[in-house]
Amino acid sequence: MIMSKRNTGLAVEADGLVRSFGATRALDGLDLQVPAGTVYGLLGPNGAGKTTAVRVLATLLRPDGGRARVFGHDVVTEADAVRARVSLTGQYASLDEDLTGSENLVLLGRLLGLPKLAARARAESLLAAFGLTEAAGRQVKKYSGGMRRRIDIAASILNTPDLLFLDEPTTGLDPRSRNQVWEIVRAVVAHGTTVLLTTQYLDEADQLAGRIAVIDHGKVIAEGTPGELKSSVGSGTIHVRLRDAGQRPEAEKLLQAALGVPVQLEADPVAMTARVGEEGSDLEASEQAARALGELARAGIVVDDFSLGQPSLDEVFLALTDHPAVAADERDDQLEAAR
Amino acid sequence: MSDTATTTGRAPSVYVPSAEALATVLAPGARPPRPNALSASLTFGWRALLKIKHVPEQLFDVTAFPIIMVLMFTYLFGGALAGSPRDYLQFFLPGIMVTSVVMITMYTGVGLNNDIEKGVFDRIRTLPVWRPAALVGMIFGDVLRYILAAVVILGVGLALGFRPDGGLLGVLAGIGLLVVFSFAFSWVWTFFGLVLRSEKSVMGVSMMVLFPLTFLSNVFVNPSTMPGWLQAFVKVNPITHLVASVRAAMAGSSDAANTMWLLLWSIGFVVVFGSLTMYRFNRR
Repeated sequence: MIMSKRNTGLAVEADGLVRSFGATRALDGLDLQVPAGTVYGLLGPNGAGKTTAVRVLATLLRPDGGRARVFGHDVVTEADAVRARVSLTGQYASLDEDLTGSENLVLLGRLLGLPKLAARARAESLLAAFGLTEAAGRQVKKYSGGMRRRIDIAASILNTPDLLFLDEPTTGLDPRSRNQVWEIVRAVVAHGTTVLLTTQYLDEADQLAGRIAVIDHGKVIAEGTPGELKSSVGSGTIHVRLRDAGQRPEAEKLLQAALGVPVQLEADPVAMTARVGEEGSDLEASEQAARALGELARAGIVVDDFSLGQPSLDEVFLALTDHPAVAADERDDQLEAAR
Repeated sequence: MSDTATTTGRAPSVYVPSAEALATVLAPGARPPRPNALSASLTFGWRALLKIKHVPEQLFDVTAFPIIMVLMFTYLFGGALAGSPRDYLQFFLPGIMVTSVVMITMYTGVGLNNDIEKGVFDRIRTLPVWRPAALVGMIFGDVLRYILAAVVILGVGLALGFRPDGGLLGVLAGIGLLVVFSFAFSWVWTFFGLVLRSEKSVMGVSMMVLFPLTFLSNVFVNPSTMPGWLQAFVKVNPITHLVASVRAAMAGSSDAANTMWLLLWSIGFVVVFGSLTMYRFNRR
């Protein structure tokens, strides 16, 4: 690849970012390369350092160590040049809740340098495109969760940024609102804006992102396309719940033989899980599942519940780190306290 | 959580993102030049006005509170200190005006802290505008509140019998000095608003600073009745300089020494706390 100093085709380059809050290292040598013009996902549990990473890249926090460039501009020494090209939609509504949707957008338009009339026109067309015309005159605090997200994103694309940060854009949204946000993200990236989104859901990263970095304890522990990541942990997981706990040892043996993969025994004495569809397996995950269910039925083992699903973030984590993702929750609380 | 919760009687219109509609707003336009410092600050000031429009209750601090302060202290101390409330008011009104307005300045810190908590602050800090604009604009909005409070107090005072010898011009000059000082003093609270973690702790610190500062001054009584060590503090207290200057202006004279001290203090507050505030603002 040819690299020029200013334009390397990378929207974001981070080298060894470190940032601590008190005794907690929220970023512990984070490296990141986000290609321009794509959706890039930062995947990780609460407290993994996703938000801190976004805040450093958006010039809101200074790193203690390492460096980061956005479109070639250093986030610390050339913060203003970075700010001119990025927008951030934070986890919490980043608009003035006391003001109406329309007032918020006009205000931001004016701050970005639009003359009064142009700011008003821009606000109107954004509200229309985001289905908020009717709510234009209502205070943002009276918006529903989905509407809030939309007005927040509308505010973020007011100046059509080159890079849009979306910090957990769908956390807490109902499925319909979540799909709306996904559609908007796809439209945004189709028009040339790079999107860096953080998420706790593998599913969401899978739906939207071209590449994903899995973050844990402030470091990238895996990076690749969604396909590459999933195949490293298997494309699916079978969950089985038996009626009789006494039959579990037998069921475990049968499943292991039928699937050719280790079966994990859950804390619940009637539950087990197994990863299926790993790279190299000649069968689709669904075929493996069908075969497993058949074997259990033939042996007279009663199954109360059987499901085949995508590996959850938890399972990806377990596979990548040998520790479950939820353990990081405590760190999150510490982080909050440290801030 | 429904998007249509407030539409009445019509078929609920579910928002479906349309690629065409989004395309019209996503087409990259020419980026306008960034606004200059004044225009950005005034835009943030406009935000403060919009907030007053939507949450008029917040004007209680600058209307009801000052009225209570004037009535309470005039009738509480008036008879004892000056023979009658009306006589006391001639001395006391400029002082209580200063006390009330200076106390209101702490809401600058509370408001800023609130912005940080709610997340608005993050968006503001990622805007490519003159860095202090958000804070300057916020204080511009507060200056309007200070003026309103001063006018309310003046109105109550006039109704109770306050008769300034300086006339309209003297009163305006007094209020002008008060507003200049309050603008400068607000930077103390922007700093605490940024440094402290919650609205409550901002209020706590503000009270701890404001009570001694306003009471240990020449607002309520003549300092010559105080013990020497207290007089020493009262003498250097910026509130003392401010009250003396405002009193002189409203009485139709001027107090050059105190006015000079007052202006020096004001410059000092802006330089020291303005810099500290911007340092924290950029480095949070």
